[in-house]
Amino acid sequence: MTADETRPGDFKNVKAVDPTKIKGWGIDANPDNDPTYPMKLRTDEEQRGYSWERPEQQAADVEVLHSVERPNLTAVFGTSVPPSGLSGMLRRFAFKYSESSYGHWLPLMLADRINAVEGIIDDIGHGHVPNIFAERGYKADWKYNRTEFILKTAAAVAVSAGIVAMMMPKKKRKAWYQAFM
Amino acid sequence: MLAMNYRGPFRIRIDHDKPYPEIKHPNDAIVRVTRSCICGSDLHLYHGLVPDTRVGSTFGHEFTGIVEEVGSSVEKLKTGDHVLVPFNIACGVCSFCRQELYGNCHESNPEATAVGGIFGYSHTAGGYDGGQAEYVRVPYADVGPMIIPDWMDPEDAVLLTDVIPTGYQSAEMGGIQPGDTVIIFGAGPIGIIAAKCSWLFGAGRVVVIDQYDYRLEFVKNYAQCEVRNFRELRDPVVFAKQTTDSLGADVCIDAVGCEAAGNAVETLLGRKIPMQGGSTTALHWAINSVKKGGIVSVVGVYGPIDSLAPVGNIVNKGITIRANQASVKRLLPRLVEHVRSGVLNPKEIITHRLPLEELPEAYHMFSSKLDNCIKTVLIPPKAAS
Ligand SMILES: NC(=O)c1ccc[n+]([C@@H]2O[C@H](COP(=O)([O-])OP(=O)(O)OC[C@H]3O[C@@H](n4cnc5c(N)ncnc54)[C@H](O)[C@@H]3O)[C@@H](O)[C@H]2O)c1
Ligand SMILES: [Zn+2]
Ligand SMILES: [Zn+2]
Repeated sequence: MTADETRPGDFKNVKAVDPTKIKGWGIDANPDNDPTYPMKLRTDEEQRGYSWERPEQQAADVEVLHSVERPNLTAVFGTSVPPSGLSGMLRRFAFKYSESSYGHWLPLMLADRINAVEGIIDDIGHGHVPNIFAERGYKADWKYNRTEFILKTAAAVAVSAGIVAMMMPKKKRKAWYQAFM
Repeated sequence: MLAMNYRGPFRIRIDHDKPYPEIKHPNDAIVRVTRSCICGSDLHLYHGLVPDTRVGSTFGHEFTGIVEEVGSSVEKLKTGDHVLVPFNIACGVCSFCRQELYGNCHESNPEATAVGGIFGYSHTAGGYDGGQAEYVRVPYADVGPMIIPDWMDPEDAVLLTDVIPTGYQSAEMGGIQPGDTVIIFGAGPIGIIAAKCSWLFGAGRVVVIDQYDYRLEFVKNYAQCEVRNFRELRDPVVFAKQTTDSLGADVCIDAVGCEAAGNAVETLLGRKIPMQGGSTTALHWAINSVKKGGIVSVVGVYGPIDSLAPVGNIVNKGITIRANQASVKRLLPRLVEHVRSGVLNPKEIITHRLPLEELPEAYHMFSSKLDNCIKTVLIPPKAAS
Protein backbone atom coordinates (compact mmCIF):
# COMPACT_ATOMS: atom_id res chain seq x y z
CA MET A 1 0.00 0.00 0.00
CA THR A 2 1.40 3.40 -0.92
CA ALA A 3 1.00 6.05 1.71
CA ASP A 4 -1.17 9.12 1.09
CA GLU A 5 1.30 11.63 2.52
CA THR A 6 0.86 15.27 1.48
CA ARG A 7 2.81 18.51 1.80
CA PRO A 8 1.22 21.87 2.66
CA GLY A 9 1.81 23.12 -0.90
CA ASP A 10 -0.26 20.28 -2.32
CA PHE A 11 -3.48 21.99 -1.29
CA LYS A 12 -4.74 24.35 -3.99
CA ASN A 13 -8.11 25.38 -5.34
CA VAL A 14 -7.88 26.38 -9.00
CA LYS A 15 -10.89 26.80 -11.29
CA ALA A 16 -10.12 25.22 -14.67
CA VAL A 17 -12.84 27.15 -16.48
CA ASP A 18 -14.84 30.29 -15.83
CA PRO A 19 -18.33 28.82 -15.26
CA THR A 20 -20.10 32.06 -16.20
CA LYS A 21 -18.91 31.51 -19.76
CA ILE A 22 -20.82 28.23 -19.95
CA LYS A 23 -24.08 28.34 -21.85
CA GLY A 24 -27.05 28.23 -19.45
CA TRP A 25 -24.92 28.66 -16.38
CA GLY A 26 -27.13 29.14 -13.28
CA ILE A 27 -30.45 29.50 -15.09
CA ASP A 28 -32.13 26.83 -12.92
CA ALA A 29 -30.51 27.82 -9.66
CA ASN A 30 -33.08 27.85 -6.86
CA PRO A 31 -32.04 29.15 -3.46
CA ASP A 32 -34.98 27.34 -1.81
CA ASN A 33 -33.57 24.01 -2.92
CA ASP A 34 -31.40 23.73 0.16
CA PRO A 35 -31.63 20.57 2.21
CA THR A 36 -29.20 22.06 4.73
CA TYR A 37 -31.76 24.61 5.94
CA PRO A 38 -31.91 25.56 8.81
CA MET A 39 -28.77 23.77 9.94
CA LYS A 40 -26.50 25.86 7.76
CA LEU A 41 -26.64 29.62 7.48
CA ARG A 42 -25.67 29.27 3.87
CA THR A 43 -23.25 31.84 2.52
CA ASP A 44 -21.07 29.42 0.55
CA GLU A 45 -17.99 31.29 1.69
CA GLU A 46 -16.01 28.05 1.72
CA GLN A 47 -16.04 28.37 -2.08
CA ARG A 48 -13.38 31.02 -1.59
CA GLY A 49 -11.17 28.28 -0.26
CA TYR A 50 -9.17 28.12 2.92
CA SER A 51 -8.90 31.87 3.01
CA TRP A 52 -10.34 33.08 6.31
CA GLU A 53 -8.19 35.00 8.73
CA ARG A 54 -7.08 32.17 10.97
CA PRO A 55 -7.07 32.42 14.77
CA GLU A 56 -3.63 32.69 16.33
CA GLN A 57 -1.74 29.40 16.10
CA GLN A 58 -1.23 27.42 19.31
CA ALA A 59 2.42 26.43 19.71
CA ALA A 60 3.06 22.73 19.21
CA ASP A 61 5.04 21.96 22.35
CA VAL A 62 4.25 18.25 22.13
CA GLU A 63 4.06 15.89 19.17
CA VAL A 64 0.72 16.31 17.39
CA LEU A 65 -0.18 14.13 14.42
CA HIS A 66 -2.26 15.67 11.68
CA SER A 67 -4.48 14.29 8.95
CA VAL A 68 -2.95 14.12 5.47
CA GLU A 69 -6.21 15.65 4.27
CA ARG A 70 -5.20 19.07 5.56
CA PRO A 71 -2.10 21.21 5.13
CA ASN A 72 -1.49 22.19 8.74
CA LEU A 73 -2.30 21.85 12.38
CA THR A 74 -5.57 23.49 13.36
CA ALA A 75 -5.20 26.78 15.25
CA VAL A 76 -5.87 24.96 18.52
CA PHE A 77 -5.54 21.30 19.42
CA GLY A 78 -5.46 19.00 22.41
CA THR A 79 -2.20 17.93 23.97
CA SER A 80 -3.51 15.29 26.33
CA VAL A 81 -1.50 12.18 25.46
CA PRO A 82 1.26 12.53 22.85
CA PRO A 83 2.12 9.32 20.99
CA SER A 84 4.73 7.16 22.72
CA GLY A 85 6.16 3.65 22.72
CA LEU A 86 5.14 0.94 20.29
CA SER A 87 1.57 2.25 20.09
CA GLY A 88 2.98 5.68 19.23
CA MET A 89 5.00 4.21 16.37
CA LEU A 90 1.85 2.61 15.00
CA ARG A 91 -0.07 5.86 15.33
CA ARG A 92 2.63 7.74 13.41
CA PHE A 93 2.43 5.09 10.71
CA ALA A 94 -1.38 5.39 10.60
CA PHE A 95 -1.16 9.14 10.00
CA LYS A 96 0.63 8.51 6.70
CA TYR A 97 -2.75 7.35 5.37
CA SER A 98 -5.92 9.32 4.77
CA GLU A 99 -9.08 9.17 6.82
CA SER A 100 -10.55 7.31 3.89
CA SER A 101 -8.12 4.41 4.22
CA TYR A 102 -8.02 1.27 6.33
CA GLY A 103 -4.30 2.02 6.47
CA HIS A 104 -5.27 4.79 8.86
CA TRP A 105 -7.91 3.24 11.10
CA LEU A 106 -6.78 -0.36 11.52
CA PRO A 107 -3.30 0.53 12.85
CA LEU A 108 -4.96 3.02 15.20
CA MET A 109 -7.29 0.34 16.58
CA LEU A 110 -4.31 -1.99 17.00
CA ALA A 111 -2.34 0.80 18.66
CA ASP A 112 -5.20 1.32 21.14
CA ARG A 113 -5.09 -2.36 22.18
CA ILE A 114 -1.30 -2.29 22.52
CA ASN A 115 -1.54 0.96 24.45
CA ALA A 116 -3.73 -0.75 27.06
CA VAL A 117 -0.97 -3.32 27.66
CA GLU A 118 1.63 -0.52 27.76
CA GLY A 119 -0.57 1.12 30.37
CA ILE A 120 -0.45 -1.95 32.59
CA ILE A 121 3.34 -2.27 32.20
CA ASP A 122 3.72 1.43 32.96
CA ASP A 123 1.52 1.15 36.06
CA ILE A 124 3.54 -1.79 37.36
CA GLY A 125 6.75 0.08 36.56
CA HIS A 126 5.49 2.84 38.84
CA GLY A 127 4.78 0.32 41.58
CA HIS A 128 1.03 0.37 40.98
CA VAL A 129 -0.73 -2.93 40.31
CA PRO A 130 -3.95 -1.99 38.54
CA ASN A 131 -7.03 -2.96 40.50
CA ILE A 132 -9.10 -4.31 37.63
CA PHE A 133 -12.09 -4.95 39.90
CA ALA A 134 -12.20 -1.28 40.89
CA GLU A 135 -11.37 0.01 37.39
CA ARG A 136 -14.25 -1.93 35.93
CA GLY A 137 -16.61 -0.43 38.49
CA TYR A 138 -17.79 -3.79 39.77
CA LYS A 139 -18.72 -2.20 43.07
CA ALA A 140 -21.85 -0.98 41.29
CA ASP A 141 -22.75 -4.60 40.53
CA TRP A 142 -22.35 -5.44 44.18
CA LYS A 143 -24.80 -2.67 45.01
CA TYR A 144 -27.42 -3.00 42.28
CA ASN A 145 -27.05 -6.38 40.67
CA ARG A 146 -25.87 -8.60 43.51
CA THR A 147 -27.50 -11.94 42.73
CA GLU A 148 -26.50 -11.98 39.09
CA PHE A 149 -23.05 -10.75 40.00
CA ILE A 150 -22.52 -13.54 42.54
CA LEU A 151 -23.74 -16.15 40.06
CA LYS A 152 -21.52 -14.79 37.30
CA THR A 153 -18.46 -14.58 39.53
CA ALA A 154 -19.07 -18.08 40.87
CA ALA A 155 -19.41 -19.40 37.32
CA ALA A 156 -16.21 -17.64 36.26
CA VAL A 157 -14.31 -19.02 39.28
CA ALA A 158 -15.63 -22.54 38.63
CA VAL A 159 -14.67 -22.41 34.96
CA SER A 160 -11.17 -21.10 35.70
CA ALA A 161 -10.69 -23.67 38.44
CA GLY A 162 -11.79 -26.38 36.00
CA ILE A 163 -9.37 -25.18 33.33
CA VAL A 164 -6.48 -25.03 35.80
CA ALA A 165 -7.34 -28.54 36.99
CA MET A 166 -7.40 -29.93 33.47
CA MET A 167 -3.95 -28.57 32.78
CA MET A 168 -2.46 -30.25 35.86
CA PRO A 169 -0.83 -33.66 36.02
CA LYS A 170 -3.28 -36.32 37.26
CA LYS A 171 -2.01 -36.62 40.81
CA LYS A 172 -2.10 -32.93 41.54
CA ARG A 173 -5.49 -32.71 39.87
CA LYS A 174 -7.03 -34.93 42.52
CA ALA A 175 -5.72 -32.80 45.34
CA TRP A 176 -6.97 -29.69 43.56
CA TYR A 177 -10.48 -31.14 43.23
CA GLN A 178 -10.51 -32.10 46.87
CA ALA A 179 -9.48 -28.64 47.89
CA PHE A 180 -12.04 -26.78 45.76
CA MET A 181 -15.00 -28.90 44.85
CA MET B 1 -6.27 17.49 40.62
CA LEU B 2 -8.88 14.73 40.43
CA ALA B 3 -9.41 13.43 36.92
CA MET B 4 -10.68 10.42 35.09
CA ASN B 5 -7.94 8.24 33.65
CA TYR B 6 -8.77 5.79 30.82
CA ARG B 7 -6.72 2.59 31.05
CA GLY B 8 -8.21 0.53 28.21
CA PRO B 9 -11.62 -0.89 27.30
CA PHE B 10 -13.96 -1.06 30.33
CA ARG B 11 -11.17 0.18 32.64
CA ILE B 12 -11.03 3.64 34.12
CA ARG B 13 -9.89 5.13 37.38
CA ILE B 14 -9.81 8.43 39.14
CA ASP B 15 -6.35 9.90 39.57
CA HIS B 16 -5.65 12.40 42.33
CA ASP B 17 -2.50 13.86 40.87
CA LYS B 18 -3.21 14.80 37.26
CA PRO B 19 -1.43 18.12 36.57
CA TYR B 20 -3.68 21.17 36.38
CA PRO B 21 -4.49 22.25 32.82
CA GLU B 22 -2.61 25.25 31.47
CA ILE B 23 -3.49 28.11 29.15
CA LYS B 24 -2.01 27.05 25.79
CA HIS B 25 -3.51 29.73 23.57
CA PRO B 26 -4.43 33.38 24.21
CA ASN B 27 -8.13 32.60 23.80
CA ASP B 28 -8.14 29.70 26.30
CA ALA B 29 -9.89 29.67 29.64
CA ILE B 30 -9.40 27.30 32.54
CA VAL B 31 -12.68 26.26 34.08
CA ARG B 32 -13.30 24.62 37.47
CA VAL B 33 -15.93 21.99 36.81
CA THR B 34 -19.17 22.25 38.79
CA ARG B 35 -21.10 19.46 37.06
CA SER B 36 -20.28 16.95 34.34
CA CYS B 37 -22.20 14.07 32.79
CA ILE B 38 -21.63 10.66 31.30
CA CYS B 39 -23.06 10.43 27.79
CA GLY B 40 -24.00 7.54 25.52
CA SER B 41 -21.13 8.78 23.36
CA ASP B 42 -18.72 8.14 26.25
CA LEU B 43 -19.76 4.50 26.19
CA HIS B 44 -18.34 4.14 22.68
CA LEU B 45 -14.98 5.35 24.07
CA TYR B 46 -15.31 3.25 27.22
CA HIS B 47 -15.98 0.14 25.16
CA GLY B 48 -12.85 0.80 23.08
CA LEU B 49 -14.71 1.40 19.81
CA VAL B 50 -13.34 4.84 18.91
CA PRO B 51 -9.94 4.67 17.16
CA ASP B 52 -7.07 6.65 18.73
CA THR B 53 -8.43 6.63 22.26
CA ARG B 54 -5.15 6.82 24.14
CA VAL B 55 -4.50 5.38 27.57
CA GLY B 56 -4.26 8.22 30.07
CA SER B 57 -7.00 10.33 28.45
CA THR B 58 -9.69 12.09 30.45
CA PHE B 59 -13.20 11.88 28.97
CA GLY B 60 -16.17 14.21 29.42
CA HIS B 61 -17.73 16.60 26.92
CA GLU B 62 -20.77 17.71 28.93
CA PHE B 63 -19.82 20.10 31.72
CA THR B 64 -20.43 23.39 33.43
CA GLY B 65 -17.84 25.26 35.46
CA ILE B 66 -16.54 28.44 36.97
CA VAL B 67 -13.93 30.39 35.06
CA GLU B 68 -10.67 30.31 37.03
CA GLU B 69 -8.27 31.87 34.57
CA VAL B 70 -8.46 33.44 31.11
CA GLY B 71 -5.92 33.89 28.33
CA SER B 72 -4.74 37.33 27.20
CA SER B 73 -7.19 37.70 24.29
CA VAL B 74 -10.34 36.57 26.09
CA GLU B 75 -12.92 39.35 26.18
CA LYS B 76 -16.28 37.80 26.89
CA LEU B 77 -15.46 35.85 30.06
CA LYS B 78 -13.90 36.80 33.35
CA THR B 79 -12.80 34.93 36.44
CA GLY B 80 -15.77 33.80 38.48
CA ASP B 81 -18.27 33.49 35.63
CA HIS B 82 -20.35 30.31 35.80
CA VAL B 83 -20.53 28.92 32.28
CA LEU B 84 -21.95 26.02 30.33
CA VAL B 85 -19.58 24.75 27.68
CA PRO B 86 -20.89 23.28 24.40
CA PHE B 87 -19.33 19.92 23.60
CA ASN B 88 -18.08 21.18 20.21
CA ILE B 89 -14.86 23.16 20.15
CA ALA B 90 -15.41 25.88 17.55
CA CYS B 91 -13.30 28.80 16.40
CA GLY B 92 -16.18 31.00 15.27
CA VAL B 93 -14.26 32.36 12.24
CA CYS B 94 -13.75 29.49 9.79
CA SER B 95 -16.27 29.32 6.98
CA PHE B 96 -18.06 26.41 8.64
CA CYS B 97 -18.46 28.16 11.99
CA ARG B 98 -19.56 31.33 10.23
CA GLN B 99 -22.34 29.32 8.65
CA GLU B 100 -23.32 28.06 12.12
CA LEU B 101 -21.93 24.58 11.58
CA TYR B 102 -20.20 24.76 14.95
CA GLY B 103 -19.95 20.98 15.10
CA ASN B 104 -17.83 21.03 11.94
CA CYS B 105 -15.16 23.62 12.76
CA HIS B 106 -12.02 23.47 10.63
CA GLU B 107 -9.69 24.95 13.24
CA SER B 108 -10.15 22.67 16.24
CA ASN B 109 -9.10 19.15 15.25
CA PRO B 110 -5.83 18.48 13.43
CA GLU B 111 -6.20 14.70 13.65
CA ALA B 112 -9.29 14.37 11.47
CA THR B 113 -11.02 16.56 8.91
CA ALA B 114 -14.29 14.63 9.17
CA VAL B 115 -15.04 15.70 12.73
CA GLY B 116 -14.58 18.92 14.67
CA GLY B 117 -12.83 19.11 18.02
CA ILE B 118 -14.75 17.65 20.96
CA PHE B 119 -13.75 17.77 24.62
CA GLY B 120 -12.56 14.46 26.03
CA TYR B 121 -13.35 12.46 22.94
CA SER B 122 -10.16 10.71 21.78
CA HIS B 123 -7.45 12.02 19.48
CA THR B 124 -9.74 11.38 16.54
CA ALA B 125 -11.68 14.37 17.90
CA GLY B 126 -8.66 16.53 18.65
CA GLY B 127 -6.95 15.00 21.68
CA TYR B 128 -8.47 17.33 24.27
CA ASP B 129 -8.85 16.42 27.92
CA GLY B 130 -12.45 16.47 29.05
CA GLY B 131 -14.68 17.54 31.91
CA GLN B 132 -14.76 14.40 34.05
CA ALA B 133 -12.16 16.14 36.15
CA GLU B 134 -11.85 19.08 38.52
CA TYR B 135 -10.47 21.50 35.94
CA VAL B 136 -10.53 21.72 32.12
CA ARG B 137 -8.82 23.79 29.47
CA VAL B 138 -11.47 25.43 27.29
CA PRO B 139 -10.15 26.72 23.94
CA TYR B 140 -11.90 29.54 22.04
CA ALA B 141 -13.33 30.84 25.30
CA ASP B 142 -14.92 33.80 23.51
CA VAL B 143 -16.87 31.52 21.19
CA GLY B 144 -18.32 28.44 22.90
CA PRO B 145 -19.02 29.03 26.59
CA MET B 146 -22.26 30.71 27.64
CA ILE B 147 -22.70 32.40 31.00
CA ILE B 148 -25.47 30.55 32.83
CA PRO B 149 -28.38 32.94 33.45
CA ASP B 150 -29.18 33.59 37.13
CA TRP B 151 -32.57 31.97 36.92
CA MET B 152 -31.31 28.73 35.39
CA ASP B 153 -30.81 25.58 37.44
CA PRO B 154 -27.20 24.38 36.98
CA GLU B 155 -28.51 20.88 36.28
CA ASP B 156 -30.57 22.22 33.36
CA ALA B 157 -27.46 24.07 32.20
CA VAL B 158 -25.27 20.98 32.03
CA LEU B 159 -27.83 19.21 29.86
CA LEU B 160 -27.78 22.14 27.45
CA THR B 161 -24.15 21.33 26.58
CA ASP B 162 -25.18 18.31 24.48
CA VAL B 163 -28.26 16.23 25.25
CA ILE B 164 -30.94 18.88 24.72
CA PRO B 165 -29.41 20.40 21.55
CA THR B 166 -28.71 16.96 20.09
CA GLY B 167 -32.21 15.63 20.74
CA TYR B 168 -33.68 18.87 19.40
CA GLN B 169 -31.50 18.90 16.30
CA SER B 170 -32.40 15.29 15.53
CA ALA B 171 -36.05 16.35 15.37
CA GLU B 172 -35.17 19.51 13.46
CA MET B 173 -33.19 17.54 10.86
CA GLY B 174 -36.23 15.30 10.48
CA GLY B 175 -37.91 18.27 8.81
CA ILE B 176 -41.04 17.31 10.75
CA GLN B 177 -44.20 18.90 9.34
CA PRO B 178 -47.47 19.23 11.27
CA GLY B 179 -49.18 15.85 11.48
CA ASP B 180 -46.11 13.76 10.62
CA THR B 181 -45.57 10.35 12.16
CA VAL B 182 -42.13 10.15 13.73
CA ILE B 183 -40.47 6.89 14.77
CA ILE B 184 -37.47 7.27 17.04
CA PHE B 185 -35.00 4.44 17.57
CA GLY B 186 -33.39 4.61 21.00
CA ALA B 187 -34.82 5.69 24.38
CA GLY B 188 -31.56 6.90 25.87
CA PRO B 189 -31.27 10.58 26.83
CA ILE B 190 -30.99 11.58 23.16
CA GLY B 191 -34.03 9.60 22.01
CA ILE B 192 -36.02 10.86 24.98
CA ILE B 193 -35.32 14.50 24.11
CA ALA B 194 -35.89 13.78 20.40
CA ALA B 195 -39.37 12.51 21.30
CA LYS B 196 -40.11 15.54 23.44
CA CYS B 197 -38.91 17.95 20.74
CA SER B 198 -40.71 16.21 17.88
CA TRP B 199 -43.93 17.70 19.25
CA LEU B 200 -42.44 21.19 19.08
CA PHE B 201 -42.20 20.82 15.31
CA GLY B 202 -45.80 19.66 15.06
CA ALA B 203 -45.53 15.86 14.93
CA GLY B 204 -48.88 14.08 14.81
CA ARG B 205 -47.60 10.81 16.27
CA VAL B 206 -44.36 9.98 18.06
CA VAL B 207 -43.32 6.36 18.61
CA VAL B 208 -40.13 5.40 20.46
CA ILE B 209 -38.51 1.97 20.09
CA ASP B 210 -35.93 0.49 22.49
CA GLN B 211 -35.19 -2.75 24.31
CA TYR B 212 -35.41 -1.56 27.92
CA ASP B 213 -38.87 -1.30 29.44
CA TYR B 214 -37.73 1.12 32.16
CA ARG B 215 -36.52 3.61 29.56
CA LEU B 216 -39.66 3.16 27.46
CA GLU B 217 -41.81 3.67 30.54
CA PHE B 218 -39.88 6.86 31.30
CA VAL B 219 -40.13 8.35 27.81
CA LYS B 220 -43.81 7.45 27.58
CA ASN B 221 -44.50 9.65 30.61
CA TYR B 222 -41.89 12.33 29.97
CA ALA B 223 -42.68 12.90 26.30
CA GLN B 224 -46.27 11.63 26.13
CA CYS B 225 -45.38 9.34 23.24
CA GLU B 226 -46.12 5.77 22.17
CA VAL B 227 -43.50 3.12 22.90
CA ARG B 228 -42.58 -0.37 21.71
CA ASN B 229 -39.98 -2.83 22.96
CA PHE B 230 -38.28 -4.31 19.90
CA ARG B 231 -37.55 -7.49 21.85
CA GLU B 232 -41.31 -8.09 21.76
CA LEU B 233 -41.64 -7.34 18.05
CA ARG B 234 -40.78 -9.95 15.49
CA ASP B 235 -39.55 -7.29 13.10
CA PRO B 236 -39.63 -3.58 13.98
CA VAL B 237 -39.86 -2.68 10.28
CA VAL B 238 -43.03 -4.72 9.87
CA PHE B 239 -44.39 -3.01 12.98
CA ALA B 240 -43.58 0.39 11.45
CA LYS B 241 -45.54 -0.52 8.31
CA GLN B 242 -48.45 -2.01 10.22
CA THR B 243 -48.84 1.05 12.38
CA THR B 244 -48.81 3.46 9.41
CA ASP B 245 -51.34 1.83 7.10
CA SER B 246 -48.43 0.13 5.32
CA LEU B 247 -46.89 3.40 4.11
CA GLY B 248 -44.09 3.86 6.65
CA ALA B 249 -43.24 6.74 8.97
CA ASP B 250 -42.75 10.24 7.58
CA VAL B 251 -39.61 10.67 9.62
CA CYS B 252 -37.31 8.16 11.35
CA ILE B 253 -34.64 9.20 13.82
CA ASP B 254 -31.57 7.11 14.68
CA ALA B 255 -30.75 7.99 18.27
CA VAL B 256 -28.84 4.78 18.89
CA GLY B 257 -25.58 4.78 16.95
CA CYS B 258 -22.80 2.26 16.67
CA GLU B 259 -23.71 0.00 19.57
CA ALA B 260 -27.15 -0.96 18.33
CA ALA B 261 -28.51 -4.30 19.46
CA GLY B 262 -31.12 -6.45 17.77
CA ASN B 263 -29.20 -8.16 14.95
CA ALA B 264 -26.59 -10.83 15.67
CA VAL B 265 -24.57 -10.31 12.48
CA GLU B 266 -24.38 -6.55 12.97
CA THR B 267 -23.46 -7.00 16.61
CA LEU B 268 -20.65 -9.36 15.65
CA LEU B 269 -19.24 -7.20 12.84
CA GLY B 270 -19.82 -3.83 14.43
CA ARG B 271 -19.27 -4.38 18.14
CA LYS B 272 -17.41 -7.63 18.80
CA ILE B 273 -14.72 -7.88 16.12
CA PRO B 274 -15.19 -4.76 15.13
CA MET B 275 -14.82 -4.86 11.35
CA GLN B 276 -17.13 -1.97 10.57
CA GLY B 277 -17.75 1.46 12.03
CA GLY B 278 -20.30 0.02 14.43
CA SER B 279 -23.47 -2.01 14.35
CA THR B 280 -25.94 -0.30 12.01
CA THR B 281 -29.08 -2.14 13.11
CA ALA B 282 -30.98 1.00 14.14
CA LEU B 283 -29.99 2.89 10.99
CA HIS B 284 -31.04 -0.10 8.92
CA TRP B 285 -34.43 -0.19 10.65
CA ALA B 286 -34.82 3.58 10.21
CA ILE B 287 -34.15 3.42 6.47
CA ASN B 288 -36.54 0.52 6.00
CA SER B 289 -39.28 1.96 8.27
CA VAL B 290 -39.51 5.37 6.67
CA LYS B 291 -41.95 5.97 3.82
CA LYS B 292 -40.92 6.57 0.22
CA GLY B 293 -39.60 10.10 -0.10
CA GLY B 294 -39.25 10.21 3.69
CA ILE B 295 -36.50 11.60 5.87
CA VAL B 296 -34.05 9.74 8.08
CA SER B 297 -32.29 11.86 10.67
CA VAL B 298 -29.13 10.41 12.19
CA VAL B 299 -27.50 11.65 15.39
CA GLY B 300 -26.31 8.25 16.57
CA VAL B 301 -22.53 8.17 16.46
CA TYR B 302 -20.67 5.77 14.16
CA GLY B 303 -17.02 4.97 13.69
CA PRO B 304 -15.08 6.32 10.73
CA ILE B 305 -14.75 3.11 8.70
CA ASP B 306 -17.29 1.54 6.36
CA SER B 307 -20.54 0.24 7.79
CA LEU B 308 -23.22 -1.91 6.20
CA ALA B 309 -26.36 0.00 5.22
CA PRO B 310 -29.17 -0.80 2.77
CA VAL B 311 -28.03 1.76 0.22
CA GLY B 312 -30.26 0.31 -2.50
CA ASN B 313 -33.33 1.15 -0.45
CA ILE B 314 -32.12 4.69 0.16
CA VAL B 315 -32.00 5.17 -3.60
CA ASN B 316 -35.14 3.30 -4.57
CA LYS B 317 -37.27 4.90 -1.88
CA GLY B 318 -35.87 8.37 -2.53
CA ILE B 319 -34.90 8.86 1.08
CA THR B 320 -33.26 12.03 2.32
CA ILE B 321 -30.69 11.40 5.02
CA ARG B 322 -29.77 14.28 7.28
CA ALA B 323 -27.13 13.91 9.93
CA ASN B 324 -24.61 15.82 11.98
CA GLN B 325 -23.04 16.41 15.31
CA ALA B 326 -25.32 18.86 17.05
CA SER B 327 -24.42 22.51 16.54
CA VAL B 328 -24.86 23.44 20.19
CA LYS B 329 -24.02 27.13 19.95
CA ARG B 330 -26.48 27.67 17.11
CA LEU B 331 -29.34 26.16 19.09
CA LEU B 332 -28.65 27.57 22.54
CA PRO B 333 -30.64 30.84 22.29
CA ARG B 334 -33.79 28.97 21.25
CA LEU B 335 -33.32 26.19 23.79
CA VAL B 336 -32.59 28.56 26.68
CA GLU B 337 -35.91 30.19 25.83
CA HIS B 338 -37.66 26.80 25.87
CA VAL B 339 -36.18 26.04 29.29
CA ARG B 340 -37.17 29.45 30.63
CA SER B 341 -40.75 29.07 29.45
CA GLY B 342 -40.97 25.54 30.84
CA VAL B 343 -41.55 23.91 27.43
CA LEU B 344 -38.45 21.83 28.13
CA ASN B 345 -37.43 20.55 31.57
CA PRO B 346 -34.02 18.95 31.04
CA LYS B 347 -33.08 17.98 34.59
CA GLU B 348 -36.03 15.59 34.89
CA ILE B 349 -34.09 13.01 32.88
CA ILE B 350 -31.31 12.86 35.51
CA THR B 351 -31.56 9.60 37.42
CA HIS B 352 -28.22 9.56 39.24
CA ARG B 353 -26.05 12.16 40.97
CA LEU B 354 -22.70 10.74 42.05
CA PRO B 355 -19.43 12.09 43.39
CA LEU B 356 -16.73 12.31 40.70
CA GLU B 357 -14.67 9.88 42.78
CA GLU B 358 -17.21 7.13 42.02
CA LEU B 359 -16.70 7.42 38.27
CA PRO B 360 -15.73 3.77 37.58
CA GLU B 361 -18.95 2.58 39.20
CA ALA B 362 -20.93 5.30 37.43
CA TYR B 363 -19.65 4.16 34.03
CA HIS B 364 -20.32 0.53 34.76
CA MET B 365 -23.81 1.36 35.97
CA PHE B 366 -24.67 3.40 32.86
CA SER B 367 -23.05 0.88 30.53
CA SER B 368 -24.80 -2.14 32.06
CA LYS B 369 -28.07 -0.24 32.62
CA LEU B 370 -28.05 -0.99 36.35
CA ASP B 371 -30.50 0.64 38.77
CA ASN B 372 -32.66 1.95 35.87
CA CYS B 373 -29.96 4.43 34.94
CA ILE B 374 -30.80 7.03 32.29
CA LYS B 375 -28.57 10.05 32.90
CA THR B 376 -25.78 10.42 35.43
CA VAL B 377 -24.41 13.71 36.70
CA LEU B 378 -21.01 13.79 38.40
CA ILE B 379 -20.20 16.22 41.16
CA PRO B 380 -16.55 17.12 41.88
CA PRO B 381 -15.72 17.42 45.58
CA LYS B 382 -15.24 21.21 45.50
CA ALA B 383 -18.66 21.68 43.92
CA ALA B 384 -20.50 19.46 46.40
CA SER B 385 -22.29 21.59 48.96
N1 LIG C 1 -24.72 13.71 16.98
C1 LIG C 1 -24.47 14.21 18.18
O1 LIG C 1 -24.20 15.39 18.31
C2 LIG C 1 -24.58 13.35 19.38
C3 LIG C 1 -24.56 13.91 20.65
C4 LIG C 1 -24.77 13.09 21.75
C5 LIG C 1 -24.95 11.74 21.59
N2 LIG C 1 -24.92 11.20 20.34
C6 LIG C 1 -25.10 9.77 20.10
O2 LIG C 1 -26.47 9.44 20.23
C7 LIG C 1 -26.59 8.07 20.59
C8 LIG C 1 -27.51 7.93 21.79
O3 LIG C 1 -26.96 8.57 22.93
P1 LIG C 1 -27.58 8.30 24.38
O4 LIG C 1 -26.84 9.14 25.34
O5 LIG C 1 -29.05 8.42 24.33
O6 LIG C 1 -27.11 6.76 24.56
P2 LIG C 1 -27.66 5.51 25.38
O7 LIG C 1 -26.64 4.46 25.23
O8 LIG C 1 -28.09 5.91 26.75
O9 LIG C 1 -28.99 5.08 24.59
C9 LIG C 1 -29.03 4.28 23.46
C10 LIG C 1 -30.32 3.47 23.52
O10 LIG C 1 -30.50 2.78 22.28
C11 LIG C 1 -31.11 1.53 22.56
N3 LIG C 1 -30.95 0.62 21.43
C12 LIG C 1 -29.93 -0.24 21.17
N4 LIG C 1 -30.14 -0.86 19.99
C13 LIG C 1 -31.33 -0.39 19.50
C14 LIG C 1 -32.07 -0.65 18.32
N5 LIG C 1 -31.62 -1.50 17.41
N6 LIG C 1 -33.23 0.03 18.15
C15 LIG C 1 -33.68 0.91 19.07
N7 LIG C 1 -33.02 1.20 20.21
C16 LIG C 1 -31.85 0.54 20.41
C17 LIG C 1 -30.39 1.10 23.82
O11 LIG C 1 -31.15 0.10 24.50
C18 LIG C 1 -30.31 2.40 24.61
O12 LIG C 1 -31.41 2.59 25.48
C19 LIG C 1 -25.16 7.59 20.84
O13 LIG C 1 -24.65 6.97 19.67
C20 LIG C 1 -24.42 8.86 21.09
O14 LIG C 1 -23.05 8.73 20.77
C21 LIG C 1 -24.75 11.98 19.25
ZN1 LIG D 1 -22.73 13.73 25.01
ZN1 LIG E 1 -14.43 27.08 13.09
